[in-house]
Amino acid sequence: MRTSTKMKKYDKLVTNAAGRIVPEIINGEQHIAFQGVGKYKPSGRKHAPAIPSCVDYPADGNKLIPSLKEALIKSGLRDGMTISTHHHFRDGDIIANQIFDIAHELGIKGLRWFPSASFPCHVHLIPYLEDGTIQRIEGSMNGALGRFCSEGKMEGVGILRSHGGRYQAIQDGEVQIDIAVIAAPSADAFGNANGVNGAAACGLLGFALGDSQYADKVIVVTDNLVPFPCVPFQIHGNYVDFTVLVDKIGDPEKIVSGTTQITKSPDRLLIAEMTAQFCEEAGIVQDGFSYQAGAGGTALSIGIYFAEMLRKKGWKARFIRAGSNQYPVKMLEEGLVDYILDGQTFDLEGVRSLRENSAHLATSPFTSYNYHSKGNFASMVDVVILGATEVDVNFNANVVTHSDGVLLHGIGGWQNCLFSKCTILPIPLFRDRIPVIVDSVTTLCGPGELIDVIATERGIAINPRRTDLIEKLKNSNLPIKTIEELKAEAEAICGVPDKPEFTDEIVAAIKWVDGTIIDVVRKIKRSIEQQ
Amino acid sequence: MTAENIKRVQVGNKGKNIRSDCFFEIELTNSGGIQLQSNSKVEVMYGKSNKKLISDILQYFDIENASILFEDSGALPFVIAARLEAAIKLLIDSDKEYLLPMLEQNQKPTTREQHRFSRLYLPGNTPSLMMNAGIHNPNALILDLEDAVAPEKKHEARFLVRNALRSLNFYGAERMVRINQGERGLVDLEFVVPHSVNLVLVPKVELPEHIRAVNEKIKSLQFALKQKNPIWLMPIIESAKGVVHAYQIAICSENISSIAIGLEDYSADLGVRRTAEGTESFFARTTLVNAAVAAGIQAIDSVFSDIADLEGLKQNVQISKSLGFNGMGCIHPRQIRIIHENFAPDQLEIEKAKKISLAFKAAKEKGLGVVTLGTKMIDAPVVKRAEKVIQLAIDMGKIPSNWADLLAEEKA
Repeated sequence: MRTSTKMKKYDKLVTNAAGRIVPEIINGEQHIAFQGVGKYKPSGRKHAPAIPSCVDYPADGNKLIPSLKEALIKSGLRDGMTISTHHHFRDGDIIANQIFDIAHELGIKGLRWFPSASFPCHVHLIPYLEDGTIQRIEGSMNGALGRFCSEGKMEGVGILRSHGGRYQAIQDGEVQIDIAVIAAPSADAFGNANGVNGAAACGLLGFALGDSQYADKVIVVTDNLVPFPCVPFQIHGNYVDFTVLVDKIGDPEKIVSGTTQITKSPDRLLIAEMTAQFCEEAGIVQDGFSYQAGAGGTALSIGIYFAEMLRKKGWKARFIRAGSNQYPVKMLEEGLVDYILDGQTFDLEGVRSLRENSAHLATSPFTSYNYHSKGNFASMVDVVILGATEVDVNFNANVVTHSDGVLLHGIGGWQNCLFSKCTILPIPLFRDRIPVIVDSVTTLCGPGELIDVIATERGIAINPRRTDLIEKLKNSNLPIKTIEELKAEAEAICGVPDKPEFTDEIVAAIKWVDGTIIDVVRKIKRSIEQQ
Repeated sequence: MTAENIKRVQVGNKGKNIRSDCFFEIELTNSGGIQLQSNSKVEVMYGKSNKKLISDILQYFDIENASILFEDSGALPFVIAARLEAAIKLLIDSDKEYLLPMLEQNQKPTTREQHRFSRLYLPGNTPSLMMNAGIHNPNALILDLEDAVAPEKKHEARFLVRNALRSLNFYGAERMVRINQGERGLVDLEFVVPHSVNLVLVPKVELPEHIRAVNEKIKSLQFALKQKNPIWLMPIIESAKGVVHAYQIAICSENISSIAIGLEDYSADLGVRRTAEGTESFFARTTLVNAAVAAGIQAIDSVFSDIADLEGLKQNVQISKSLGFNGMGCIHPRQIRIIHENFAPDQLEIEKAKKISLAFKAAKEKGLGVVTLGTKMIDAPVVKRAEKVIQLAIDMGKIPSNWADLLAEEKA
């Protein structure tokens, strides 16, 4: 199972439908190059885990094992396995680090870590990437892990997927999880688990749902063991092999992050206000409309402006797709929206609301984003507010690398959200002298045909494909400009930037929502330390 | 500071929270050429162009041997040039100035009467706050060399303000600089007058002589440069003595467009606490307004310092307007809109002004000498005031400029 270090990390380079050169063989596995939006439709049957029999499990439902180490051993932990974790604890995660501490202690090598996202706390894993305990990461690589990968130090090639793409890869068998470890704020000995109660309450556990259903072995780890039944069953114990009680599974202060505040920056507020006004003038904001906005300061502020508009007109939104926090919760409680369809919960107000309010619903990548579903929620949303590190003159966008070429962020649900009826990226025209609009994005994550509007503090560019929006806004007081004009304006202020230099070596692949490879990240030429 | 005994200097800002700025440490050496150590957040994108700019400036000042540390947190070229020149001028005596091209839109003169409802103060040594200030649409931006700049940073701030006047896009805002008091302020003028500043704020003015000294300096600088663009003055009255002389100050020169009051220092001068109600400064404010009206210039109110309290600001502006002020300073972009909205005529004022204006027009068409509205006779000054309100409402986007035609159409 373990990938040989002598094997080529990747092979069979082809040019994909987006014009990017990508390999069709990565880490010894066959992959398919991007064919265009909505083009790739695999056939056959979904992947299925091994058939279990209930007679093999304790009839009294008590699956408790004394320690995570024993549970991992009982799950058959060995070289080359794929281990999955979820990221509902964000930077407060403790368990992922412990898994690899144990693997290292046991002398296991060549593991594939398949997290739904990684955070700065996972810098702890760098020594294990260096000594071969972990062969590669398939998931987001943030901060230090991203730099490590960008500098070509990871043994295997990293693979980045969207939240929906991760579910797709699990469902079609592209990634077969050997052991899923699900840290749960609340669980019973049978394995029923949820995120709404306990010291590490994080709201919901949707990112672990697919892992629980498809992994060969499933371990639920909790620091809050309750007698059966642990309700609500966000994770069903019927999928679970072993349960483990530990002292602490996460750091509560870091689980509910401090980022869920509306922005105080006057420049960002201006962008938020212009974006909200754009949506109003385009007729998007109306009685019964729906939107999705992230947890960033600008996106939150747009929500505040939407709430004001609804209040003034006596309207009500039908639903908000969210990473939820106090602001959508306030709207729900004020009667400005019927439902919150929550994908991850960012603060304690969000956790409380999810626990108490039946109109605040837990969703998962399956319901919201999955490619192999018979439709999903993302395409039903009227407007989605997203970010980007770079956008090019063809409206293609990048969310994973910075303009200096270094891999610093994951994709999250970003790619999946592009399928909403209107996608708006509110972004500053430049950040610390770095223009956001470029000729061609460093890394292609989202094709321009799905990105409708770029809203900056110095003007708003509408994708020429959206003639309907251009028509609606033609008499607007908003500064509507072409994307080329915006680019020129930034360059007049900042100067024309040089491009980063890369080696030919591919260090990570970027998947599209359907599992095809849309782009790659190459090793940067200079070491970061030398700058 | 004499150039002979200083060999190593530091200029600018660095550190974790510093953005859009840079820092230079320079030591002149006797040999070895230029040794540049560059740590830039934007090395990949702008490393080459930054190095070229630095080398051009060094050459311009004939510096051949130096050891230079450059820490860059994404500074724009005009900031880098300002920091480097400020450092060089601490090391060598030179009359030369390294000037980047002046933006075309920065050469536009302003008028004495133009609206000065909002003037956003920008600390003169903080580039990050300058970059986007204009996009918030204040009537004016003030690059502040006085209270917002620490004494040890005054030298470098002058170069930054000078370069900002040339290279920063003000997005149509009037370009103002607040100079320091006294002799230091006169030196400040050398850095702003040649660079098309529109208006100079003169702090802590107590006597007409203070303004005369500033004007003499401006004239001599403009004469030497053969410049004729108007430079307006806004004296700031910040003491009991200044209030007593407000009218003399207001009329002491033709280029005074406005007179402002600074209540922090005034309250301190009186030895009282500044309150939200402002009872303690009522005399000073009404005196200032009266002096301004008598002199035919604008009266400008003090800043409202609690940037989080937008409701308090709103009330403050409404009081300010009711006392007769024509504008006020602001210290945060969020204050701009509140100030504009509340200095603008309200609906009641606009409707009344419209009626008066229409009655006046009707009377004129009929050849009547007396204008009446209902049973009331209307004096000429009332008509003039109504026209002013209407113009203001049009300027502030509250009514369209063709409101009278639209109204006629509606009636037809």
